[in-house]
Amino acid sequence: MTPTSERNVTGTSFTRGLGIVTVLGIGLLIVLGLFVSPADVNQGESVRIMYAHVPGAWLAYLAFIVTGVSSAAYLWNRTRSLTWDRIAGASAEVGVLFMGISLVTGSLWGRITWGTYWTWDARLTTTAFLFVTYVGYLAVRGLGGSHHQRARRSAVLALLAVLEIPLVHFSVRLWNTLHQEASVAGRGTDVTMDGLMLFSLFLGVIVFTLMYVWLVLHRQRALALQDMVEDFGLDAALAARRAEEVV
Amino acid sequence: MSERRHAFASVRATARLIAVKDLRIERRGRVLTNQVLPFALIVMVMFAFALDSDAVLERVAPGLVWLATLFSTLFVIARSFAVEGSDGALDQLRTSGAPSAGIFLGKALALMVQLLVLVVVLVVAAVVLYRADLSWQGGVLLVTTAVAATGGLAAVGTLYGGLSAGAKGRETLLPLLVLPVVAPVLIGATRATESAFGTNGIAVGEGWPWLGLLAVFAVLFGVTGAIAFGSLLDE
Repeated sequence: MTPTSERNVTGTSFTRGLGIVTVLGIGLLIVLGLFVSPADVNQGESVRIMYAHVPGAWLAYLAFIVTGVSSAAYLWNRTRSLTWDRIAGASAEVGVLFMGISLVTGSLWGRITWGTYWTWDARLTTTAFLFVTYVGYLAVRGLGGSHHQRARRSAVLALLAVLEIPLVHFSVRLWNTLHQEASVAGRGTDVTMDGLMLFSLFLGVIVFTLMYVWLVLHRQRALALQDMVEDFGLDAALAARRAEEVV
Repeated sequence: MSERRHAFASVRATARLIAVKDLRIERRGRVLTNQVLPFALIVMVMFAFALDSDAVLERVAPGLVWLATLFSTLFVIARSFAVEGSDGALDQLRTSGAPSAGIFLGKALALMVQLLVLVVVLVVAAVVLYRADLSWQGGVLLVTTAVAATGGLAAVGTLYGGLSAGAKGRETLLPLLVLPVVAPVLIGATRATESAFGTNGIAVGEGWPWLGLLAVFAVLFGVTGAIAFGSLLDE
């Protein structure tokens, strides 16, 4: 079976449209975030990092939730399908990427605003654990074996992460309250946001979500093609070789 | 009802068989006593070189005990599944029809017993090398802590050990998977041990609440493991 040239692309008219909207949205976000929106009274220009940081973090959490739900869908007998497994995998990949971005931008912002790259705040520490956990999840996906082996293994792991993360968060909070003052950022202070700043933040969340859907759709199809290559690759190669000999 | 009771008895019998088998292999192979324990002890000595101060060592002794335990745990887990890997033992276990919950609990139990031995040796090492103080009440707290903490470590270790058993690159994968998960055990056990040692003048009574965290962790992962282990095994 040789895939036709049409099936070798991961785009459809829907994803193409989505991609265009996403790119335009990113452009608008850059203009609004970097130039049009005002600097913050307290944070100054560094507040602009937030337009990438907050949507990035939101998206990573969304991605990991999608991974958990798709993993459960795969494990449930009535909805068992490798498509769920690929969605879980694609979502985790994108989630790890955005969690990485959000950790880096967050620590840069912290350095400017708090004077330190890192504090042992429960939320920060849990986020770091989340990051490492899903890096491990991706490593497990790469272990090999049959597709269903990979799917089952990684689905169990994804559900274990759902159990692990609240426990880690809870214990870090316990540890933290005993050992350290609560985090530095103006907690408890009355935060009012400029309308344009709020709009930019919302726009960021929407644009990042569109980008997430776009990336996951493509990635999931790429993973499907990859599985197909593994399944049929050898047969196809042999058939092609034989066809050459005949000619 | 009687069927359920029968299934329960079968899980218990399997668990006992597997645990006894693993411990017998350990007694004959002596990997724990001849390799893991010396490794743990050399780590304790290395900590002293790195920290280079009696006062600091005394203060961080509880954390070092549990860090050394975590590192050594990785070897014990790897060993526990290396045993099943040879001669296709794991495949035969799968096809034997033994309940997977029983296999999980048995392997976890054997792991826990080995880890308890490890912790006892490391605590003695801390008392000798780092001048940790251990009162009678502190001893009771420490024993309870060790049981709860090793229970949690054993459950997580068996679960993730089974997950990565037979896979390529499992030596490096196992720490990546296990260490983030057992962070609550490190936190809880270290705080409880601080109270037991009276580090920084912390009273023994302050350690008991941390046991709650350790117990919840052990029970959660014990139950989850017993349920999930089957779907990891029959691949």
